[in-house]
Order: sequence, then C-alpha cells, then structure tokens
Amino acid sequence: MRISITVNGAQCALDVDPGDVLLDVLRGADYLEVKGTCHAGDCGACTVLVDGHPVASCLTLAARVDGHSVTTVRGIGDGTHPHPLQKAFVENGAAQCGYCIPGAIVSAKALLDENPEPTEDEVRLAMDANYCRCTGYEQQIEAVLDAAEQLRKEGHR
Amino acid sequence: MSDHVKGFRHTAEGLPLTHVVGTSVDKIDGYSLVSGAPVYTDDIAAREFPHRLHGKILGSPIPQGMITSIDTSSAEELPGVHLVLTFKNTPRTFYTTAGQGWPEPSPYDNQMFTERVRFVGDRVAAVFADTVEAAEEALHRIKVTYQEEPAVLDASDAMKPGAPLVHPENPKGAYDPAHNVAAHVDVAVGDVDAALAASEVTIAETFETHYAQHVPMETHTSLAYVDDTGKLTIVSSTQVPWHVRRIVSRILGMPMSKLRVIKPRIGGGFGAKQEILIDDLVAYAALRTGLPCEIELTRKEEFIASRTRHPMKIDMSIGCDTAGHFKALKMYVLSNTGAYGSHSLTVMSNTGSKTLPLYNKANDVRFYGDAVYTNLPVPGAYRGYGATQGYAALETTIDDLAAKLHMDPIELRTMNMIQVGEGSPIFEALGEGRQGVAQTIKSSSLPELLALGAQAIGWQEKRGKRARVGHKVRGVGMSMHMQGSGIPLIDMGAASMKLNEDGTYFLAVGATDIGTGSDTILTQMAAEILGVSADMISTLSSDTDLTPFDVGAYASSTTFVSGGAVVKAAKAIRNQIFSVAAEVLGEELDPMLVMSDPKVEGDNDQPDPILSFYRMDDGYVVSVRSGRRVSVSEIAYRAYYEVGQHQIASTQSFVSPYSPPPFAAHFAEVEVDDLTGKVTVVNYVAAVDCGVSINPNLVRGQVVGAVANGIGFALTEEYHFSARGAMTNPSLFDYKILSRRDMPPVQVIVVDNYEPTGPLGAKSVAEIGINGPIPAIGNAIFDATGVRLHRSPYTPERVLNALREAQK
Repeated sequence: MRISITVNGAQCALDVDPGDVLLDVLRGADYLEVKGTCHAGDCGACTVLVDGHPVASCLTLAARVDGHSVTTVRGIGDGTHPHPLQKAFVENGAAQCGYCIPGAIVSAKALLDENPEPTEDEVRLAMDANYCRCTGYEQQIEAVLDAAEQLRKEGHR
Repeated sequence: MSDHVKGFRHTAEGLPLTHVVGTSVDKIDGYSLVSGAPVYTDDIAAREFPHRLHGKILGSPIPQGMITSIDTSSAEELPGVHLVLTFKNTPRTFYTTAGQGWPEPSPYDNQMFTERVRFVGDRVAAVFADTVEAAEEALHRIKVTYQEEPAVLDASDAMKPGAPLVHPENPKGAYDPAHNVAAHVDVAVGDVDAALAASEVTIAETFETHYAQHVPMETHTSLAYVDDTGKLTIVSSTQVPWHVRRIVSRILGMPMSKLRVIKPRIGGGFGAKQEILIDDLVAYAALRTGLPCEIELTRKEEFIASRTRHPMKIDMSIGCDTAGHFKALKMYVLSNTGAYGSHSLTVMSNTGSKTLPLYNKANDVRFYGDAVYTNLPVPGAYRGYGATQGYAALETTIDDLAAKLHMDPIELRTMNMIQVGEGSPIFEALGEGRQGVAQTIKSSSLPELLALGAQAIGWQEKRGKRARVGHKVRGVGMSMHMQGSGIPLIDMGAASMKLNEDGTYFLAVGATDIGTGSDTILTQMAAEILGVSADMISTLSSDTDLTPFDVGAYASSTTFVSGGAVVKAAKAIRNQIFSVAAEVLGEELDPMLVMSDPKVEGDNDQPDPILSFYRMDDGYVVSVRSGRRVSVSEIAYRAYYEVGQHQIASTQSFVSPYSPPPFAAHFAEVEVDDLTGKVTVVNYVAAVDCGVSINPNLVRGQVVGAVANGIGFALTEEYHFSARGAMTNPSLFDYKILSRRDMPPVQVIVVDNYEPTGPLGAKSVAEIGINGPIPAIGNAIFDATGVRLHRSPYTPERVLNALREAQK
C-alpha cells in the first residue's frame, strides 16, 4: 500500500506493507537518524514525533501514520544548525556512544514544546522511556534544563 | 582550581599549567551524534549496501549434546537464500572469541560451528539471505536432530567427579577440561593459613555474584564486503579492530594484507564487544557469496548468545590484630565461565590483582581460583573485569570485620590502605593470566576521596542512626577501590601525526573510541603538546589499514596507553618543527635534542630539554633565547615546498612498565522497606582520583555511567534461567536496567592528582566506577538493618527473605 507522510516538513510517498513498522520504513527511506535496538518498545532509541507526540517507531505501524507528520532528530536540527537541545547535549557531555540520543532529544523536544519550564522531575518523567546505558542520565537531564532556559531566553528576544 | 556544580565537584590544584588539557572541550563527534548522523555499522550498511545479504543465526534449543543430523536443503531452496553455513561447510579452526593480546590467554575452545552444542543459544547454523524475513524463514527450515546429554548448570557441580564434560575435546589452553576447569590461578605471598591461624581476629565470608549483561544500546553488528581489489573489509561494532583482524585472519587462513577492519562509531561496548562473535560469519559469507553481508544481533540474541559478566562465588578471609591491622588476606574464586572460556583466566586473575593490593599492609596473601565450564551463557569481558566481583566480596567482608572490631569502616580501611611510595607483592605475583609487574604507587588522592565522600554523604550524622519513618529505615555504607591503567608491558598503542601547510595537524590513532570520548581526549593531549586548540587537529581512529596499531578499548588502557603514544608522537613532530624553526631563525640547535625519541616511557615529569630552546605558542614557535617567533605554517611551507624538503610526521608507540591505579571511594545512602524488602538508593557519592582529568565533563560521564550500570547490577539486573539453563528474561522489559526515574542523585567528586607515569598526568577512569555499588549499597543495607546480604542482586525478594531470616 502507498502512504503519504510528512517527514521533517517534506512530503513523502512510500510503498509499505500493512505490517511494516515506522522504524523500518523510515530507515528504508534513508532516514538513518532513527536508530533501532530492541524492536519491542522497551528502550526508546527509535522514538520519533508523530504530530509532535513521541512514539516508539518500532511499534508503530507505518500505515497508521498515513497523512500525519513525522519529526526525527534531524528535523529539529543538524550538525551545522543545531537545535538548542542538541547544542546543550554536546556542551554538557551528555552524549557518549550517542545511540540513544536521537530518541532522547525528540522526547525532550516534545516536552519543551508543551512545557517550556519543566522541573527536573518532569524531565525525568517525560524521558523515562528513553534508556541510556552510557551516561547515567545526569548530564542529559542538565542539558534539557539548560536548553529549556536557552529557548526561553530566545523566546523573550 | 575547584569547580563545584550540583552533582559534580572537581578539584585540580597544584597541577602544571595547561591550555587544553583539563578543559571540557566538546566531543569531536558530538554534533554528528546528536543529529543522528549515519555513523554506526548498520547505518553504513543500509546507506552504502542497500542490496546486502542479511545473516541470521540458529541457536541450540538444548544445553548440551551432539548434532546427529542437520539438513539444510529446504532452507537452501527458499527464494532469496544465498548461503547456509554449518559445521559441514566452514573452517574447523579452533580459536578463542576473546579479543585479547598475543599470545592469547583464553583457551582455543571455539569453532565457527561444531557438532557439539554447549548451551541454549549456542551456534548451530547461519543463513544469509536477501532479506531478514527470508533468513528467518530459512532458519525454521533447517532440520536438526540432537542427541541430548546431561548438562552441568551449576558452577558448584562442575568439578565434581562424574560431572558432564562441556569440552571433552580437550581444548588447547584450557587448564583441566577433564574436570571442566577452563582456568586456574594460585599465587601466594608468605603463608596465609599460618598467618590466619595466628591472627587475633579473623573473619571468613562467602559472596556470590550473578549473571548480568552489558546492554550496549547498539547490539553487536558487523558488515563485510569484498572491495574491487579483492580485499575483504569488515566494518564492525568492535572494541578491538586489530584483534578482529588477527583472529578472523587465523580462522579463515587469510593474509592480513587482504583483510581490513574498520570501527565506525559504535553504540556502546562495556566489554561485550571485546569479542569476535559475528565478524567471522560475515567475513566468510562475503567471501563465499561475493556479496556484502551483515549481521545485526537482536536484543534477545545479545542477552542469550553474546557475552555476560562472570558470576563468581568468592570465599574471603581476613586476619588482623585487635586494633585492625591486617595480617592475612585469602581469596578463593569459583568463576563460572559458561560454555566457553572467553577471558576466563584473565577476568579471574583481575579479581585478585585489582583488589588485594589495595590493602597492602597484610604480609601473607593468597589468591587462588578456578574458572569452570558450565552449560550456560558465556561470560567475557565486562567493565570492571573481575575486580567488580572481587570488591563485592572484599569490601563487604571488611565492613563486617569493622563491625566485629567495633571500628568505623573508614578508619579500618585508612589504616590498611596502600599509600604513595608503597607497592604490593601481589602486583608482581599476579598479572593478567601470567606473572605481573612490580608497581609502586606514585599518586593517590585516597585520603581526600574518603574525607570528601564522607562529608558529602553525611557519614558522621547518619552512620548507625537507623533513621526510621514507618516501615522504612535508612542507612549509609561505603567502599573503596582501585583499578589499573592498561596491562603493564603487554598493552601497546601507537599514534601517527603529521603537520599540514596551514599549521593544522592530522592525528591517526589505533585507539578505539566506543563512546567514551577517547578520540576527543587524545586530540586534547596532542593539542596540549603542540600549543594549539583541539579544533586545529583532525583525528582518525580505528582502521587497520589507515591508522597505526592499538590493542583496543579495554583494560582501562586508552587514556594511559594510547594517550602515551599520542604525547610521544606530538612531541616528536613538535621537535621536527623546532628543528626547522632553528634553520629559519638562524639559531643553533643540538641535533641530539630533536633526533632522539621523546622520553615518556617511564616517568615523564622529567624536564624536556628542548623546551629550554623553543616553545609552542598558539601556532607559533617562540625562541626562548631570542624571543623571536616563526609561524608553524611558515615552517610547513618551507619544509614541504622550499628548503630541505621533507615530511613533518611521526609514528610513535607506547608500552609501559606501569599501570598506575585510579582510586575511588563510594558512599551510598539507602532506604530499606521492611514490608516489601525494596531497597531505594537515596543518595550516592562517587569520589575518584584518575590523575589529571583531561576532560572533566567526560570524566564525570564515565563515573556516573559506571555507577548507574553498577546500581542496576546491584539491585535489578539479573538473568533468570529455566531448568534447562535457558535464559527466560532476554528482553529489556524483563531485564531491568535503570531508567531516568530509577536513577538516584549521584554526586561525583573528582580530586585530580598528577600521575608522573601518565600522559600529561592522567590515569584511567572508565571501569573503576562500576565496582562500588554492590558493596557500598550492601554495606548501607547492613547499616540500616543489621542484615548482611551475601548474594547479589539485592532484590526485594532476597532482602525480605534475609530480613525475615534475621528475625527468626
């Protein structure tokens, strides 16, 4: 079947099987910034935003996002034009191996879009589904709080 | 300098002045990682080889037995299937999967495939097909009949007379396979039994640790293809590219000139990827089919059939006088090495060699142990590498001894701990699977770590108070640790540097950045020597064709060993630059100063004589005598295009007789729920001395990350097995690692100290932090409840049972 989705703002028509999950479809379409690891919805690495809400792309049927908008980590910024979240992750040393980061950052993005001034506990809760095995989370949480502050400053300007 | 933010306190006083070292520069791969760049093995495979073959592995359903028949014809007939591999059509070379130095210390008890299966999940066959689905379907079509044999599923049974043998083929390098003993160690200093008998106070306890997995976010992934020149290239998520090349070359009988191993970015390793698990399969399949071949382990396979931590049962005895002065230390280890002996000898050796020297006041010491085969999943290297298990036993036993002596545990440790200027006979007696190398401690912040850590946790106020709210009671506990920095006189790293015309540099290192940030800190070290900012250097790592050799990312070696090579290479080209500067400035320079190899082999705090003539200053060479300066770019143009043309470049290698230990003191405050047995870590303090912190942010990340992994190991992470030895919880849903909300507040205290044998004063940091949680939390539970747990993890069930047992 053919689906039409918007990925990072670009219209995208894709041929998929009804059983295909979004993770595989996105990677198959060269959106390789979406990383998979458990394929069971347990780890959060493959998180993308569908209409602004974080979902585990490994458990989401591609057919179900037909007509919807998907945002990957690359959709919020790249190495040349990083989003304040990405900048804060680098500056806080919050990315070690980096494999969980694309999922963690889009979860944080969804949080900050909804709640520009989260508490530390709110950050932990919003990103609880995003496992990281390298960092012990502390610097990632500080990065999100730093980015929130930066975004608020930019918003005020 | 002292830096104090919430959760992180970094003290660096009295250190040499530096401009890049000691600053938290951004990771050089940081922006590519946070934007999801296609930098991991499967990303590269997907982008460059969309029509590659996908490999899937058939695992054994039985724990022990022989394959009596295997029929692959139906699988081979399936459309899309290109190759089915079994013991019938693959090389029969015996090898070890352990990616270690040469000669290899692990037994040659592995073959690509064999008629015998030794654990549930052991390799039986592999299929390569156009799609993952076709490969999986083909696995179902392989018809295998097994003759099942009795299995040994408990390490305590393995050496009993008549126990089923896991390796009846008598593999080379195994200690006594006729009794399931893969490896054996016995070293003694003095007469420990006599000393124990003569001690006024003795204590003897047994501690058991459990099966756990590394859980790197990226599972093992490997891609192989034959390039246009006939060279077989392996792109692998490995910690040990050179060992992959050496071992695959042996298995397949291929010259190394026809084999290239590239490590791209990798999604975590923690020791699991110090292992050749699938590289041989994709390499052989690519040769056989002529097509690019990839295997990406599933999470389930990662749990069942990659590697784990060695479960150990450790008997620990300590003898001391009534004042607490240690006289005798005796440690016996029964290590379960599962179905294969990967790292069996060396992990077990480290259980003693990285723990007992910490308490060097005991004159009579014995460390001995057996690593036994069982029909269970296969342990291997795992962050901490045996020391983690050793400290679980040693540090909980010392805590009980302190109680017995009515002493403060910190005081007991302080009076017995190793100090600067001291050694331990264990350093020399016990190395990694062979004799060790004598060491004298040259730097230690242990006294400060203990003091600052105790203060941060509130030791004086909370210890022994058993503060209770309803059915929840609190306690504090602590533990003390050391590790090493590489394997002395074994681990070697090399680095190449060259100067570009514009005064920028290229650095190539064999060292393997597995997410630790080693590419970044090695770049910082070179930048420090060359007087430039880190962004003036571009760094390439881990390619067996394009970069020099390095043993790889293990044994806490990279900062120290690979860093030593980088410092030497940077000094070598700096001296070449000085030599041209002398020509330009018309000054005399003793050629011996610039031609001789830079001396960093041993103590490197000797004055560098050439620096009395020239120094580097932000892209310029400055003459100390005349004050005149010339730009490094001008020197490069002159050397490459104008006068006395030659390449300014150097390759240097580093191997050290030293392995300076980092030190740590860990403190935990816990709350134990009487009703449920649940242990909550309320607060955790990890104080560490890793020499000079090259990059404090990255140091902090290593420590918190190791502590998080350690707390998971202490509280929640555990393999469960069926009656037939099959792991029953191989998913991240059923095997619980810490999430953000599970993670307690961790305060990291780093007290820098200049280590004279280390590159720019640095020691290692990545492993040591994982050793703390089991003993520190166990000791805090003891402080809270008076109940001692002798088995990890401290799950609610186990804690509740222990509390009830104590009430009887």
